[in-house]
Amino acid sequence: MEWINTIIQGVLLGGLYALFATGLSLMFGIMRLVNIAHGDLIVLAAYVGLVVVETLGVHPVVGLIIVVPIMAGLGYLLQRALLNRTLGSDILPPLLVTFGLSIIIQNLLLEIFSADSRRINVGELDVASITINDQISIGVMPLIVLILAILVIFALQFLFYKTGLGRAFRATSDDQDIARLMGISNKHIFGLAMAVAMAVVAIAGVLLAMRTNFDPAIGPSRLLYGFEAVIIGGLGSLWGTLAGGLILGISQAIGAKIDPGWQILMGHLMFLAILVVRPRGLFPRSVD
Amino acid sequence: MNTKNNKFDMHGISRRNLMKVLAASSGAAALGLSPSRVFAAKTGKPFKIGFVTPASGPLAIFAEPDQFVLEQVKAATRDGIVIDGTHHPVEIIVKDSQSSSNRAADVAAELILNDEIDIMVAANTPETTNPVADQCEINGIPCVTNDTPWQPHFFGRGGDPKVGFEWTYHFFWGAEDIIGTSLALWEQIPTNKVIGTLWPNDSDGNAFGDPKMGFPPLLKEKGFELVDLGRYQSPSDDFSAYINEFKKQGVEIISGVIPPPDFGTFWSQAGQQGFNPMICTMAKATEFPAAIAPFGDRADGLTVEVWWSPTHPFVSGLTGQTSAELAAEYEAKTGRQWTMPLGFKHSLFEVAIDALKRSEGPGRLESIRDAIASTNYNSIVGPVNFQTGPVPNISKTPLVSGQWRKQGDRLELEIVENSQAPMIAKQAELRSLV
Repeated sequence: MEWINTIIQGVLLGGLYALFATGLSLMFGIMRLVNIAHGDLIVLAAYVGLVVVETLGVHPVVGLIIVVPIMAGLGYLLQRALLNRTLGSDILPPLLVTFGLSIIIQNLLLEIFSADSRRINVGELDVASITINDQISIGVMPLIVLILAILVIFALQFLFYKTGLGRAFRATSDDQDIARLMGISNKHIFGLAMAVAMAVVAIAGVLLAMRTNFDPAIGPSRLLYGFEAVIIGGLGSLWGTLAGGLILGISQAIGAKIDPGWQILMGHLMFLAILVVRPRGLFPRSVD
Repeated sequence: MNTKNNKFDMHGISRRNLMKVLAASSGAAALGLSPSRVFAAKTGKPFKIGFVTPASGPLAIFAEPDQFVLEQVKAATRDGIVIDGTHHPVEIIVKDSQSSSNRAADVAAELILNDEIDIMVAANTPETTNPVADQCEINGIPCVTNDTPWQPHFFGRGGDPKVGFEWTYHFFWGAEDIIGTSLALWEQIPTNKVIGTLWPNDSDGNAFGDPKMGFPPLLKEKGFELVDLGRYQSPSDDFSAYINEFKKQGVEIISGVIPPPDFGTFWSQAGQQGFNPMICTMAKATEFPAAIAPFGDRADGLTVEVWWSPTHPFVSGLTGQTSAELAAEYEAKTGRQWTMPLGFKHSLFEVAIDALKRSEGPGRLESIRDAIASTNYNSIVGPVNFQTGPVPNISKTPLVSGQWRKQGDRLELEIVENSQAPMIAKQAELRSLV
């Protein structure tokens, strides 16, 4: 029974990692952009959420609905004004620029919000849980995170494979030059892709803020798990990213059950094991 | 913002000239007012204080009182320090360690080699105080530090209790104090004495959990049963393994030394999983009211070690303020609730300026060092005397335990345990969380 609980908690943790990873997966899948500032953008979204909830006095869920378009708009502008200029055959400029962006965001947040550890107060929801029996109870908040992660991926899957915009995303991802010949404006498409990715970042950020304490410096530590989840799942595959997050979460939970010192290590070992067996991840979509 | 401005201001020559003009004009203005200042009107070289602080990065919360304290110190030393009839202005050069020990060592070296400071001060965790003190020891610069338990500072730098250090002095409490006050705290109310611990794999967690020097041997001696699963890697997003084990073993007390985001995750998960201990004493995470306020009612009753509070019965030698007055002025000026680093930042400059006053003047580094060594000073955090410490170069400050109580919409820290420092009055009795 204890092990069942361990697995359940691991799945819930995996939902969080998947949500962190989805934005990364999108950016890399469409634009081949390795975004070092991803963790800091999540923290930025958390602060935007905090400001919205505290100034407007709305429920965090309503706050989420407001933060998503704000971050999406910011994403479009960021891509058009800055990141598009860095993309090219060389992978180094976007890495350097997003690395710089990470430092800028951290220090701006520090200037504006101070180093205080903050959190969006969700009241009773914080400790609400569904009790199955003595040993198993499922926290409502982690469950919401997992369900939202699945919904987000479902929605993105629909966007990618059932809409014209999705077709344009996929075309640009496959071959930029040919897509341009077909009358697609790459710059605009990249801007839209970034907007979609940042909408996911907004959801991840607000949920992070509802789930635990955050401060301007915690972004980078969340980046590594995101990358691992993307790579376990296979680049460009959204369901793969979800699977990657869940595998990472369950591995960590099992590691922690054996010895808390093994929690993070077990995740990394699983990541390495999958790389050895399937170097391109579980469900690779693209062939490059 | 404070750091950048100071860096910018204080580097330029123009700043130095400005200081001279200001010092001269204040001297002149004083001519008609106070006869004592007439003799001090002769202006000499400035005393330069180098200050290394984690203004950005994960430790930045410790540096929040910096700007307020620096303004207070500037105001208090507006007329400079008078030595043998010569008036010496005081310059403070601030450098940000970015919460990294490498960066702290770099900026300390810059302060020593480029700015040619007369005395170094630094505070907040071994990541700041150890590299800065090491640089000062190598380069022969007098140095005062605080806000790192003395063992990680002294032994962490390879200190030998027989020899000590030549240039570097430190004042704070130690492992024996926090173990003493925590054990006395936990014995105040009847529990089953089963204690669960959250010790991460970092310098604090390993020191607290050390099987010889840390909590475990003394817990055993006092009849506590310890549930210690091992060191986890921080930051962590999942504590269910700990919580399940704590529930299984019937843990009623939890303790640890973890950063606020980890505690946030742990405390929420504990609530979700139905784990409700009677006492929760979490160093680091619950030291700052802003970090626990979002827990609402679940923050009410958390306990923590207290190194300084507005009720500490000490007075600043620099501003003449009591602890309560210092905290009140901070809250009025900044609009923020007082935190423990406020008193310690203030005392750091108190001790440095007291030593400069007793020295032979700027540039006379050996006399400044000797003045620090012979310090016998009553600061806002208690008496400081480096001759009386457990090892050379160390002075111990008192430590008690407190409990957060919700009063209106703000959390107040009340002293509930004072066995290690009876001069600090108890304000209330420990209350169980459940």
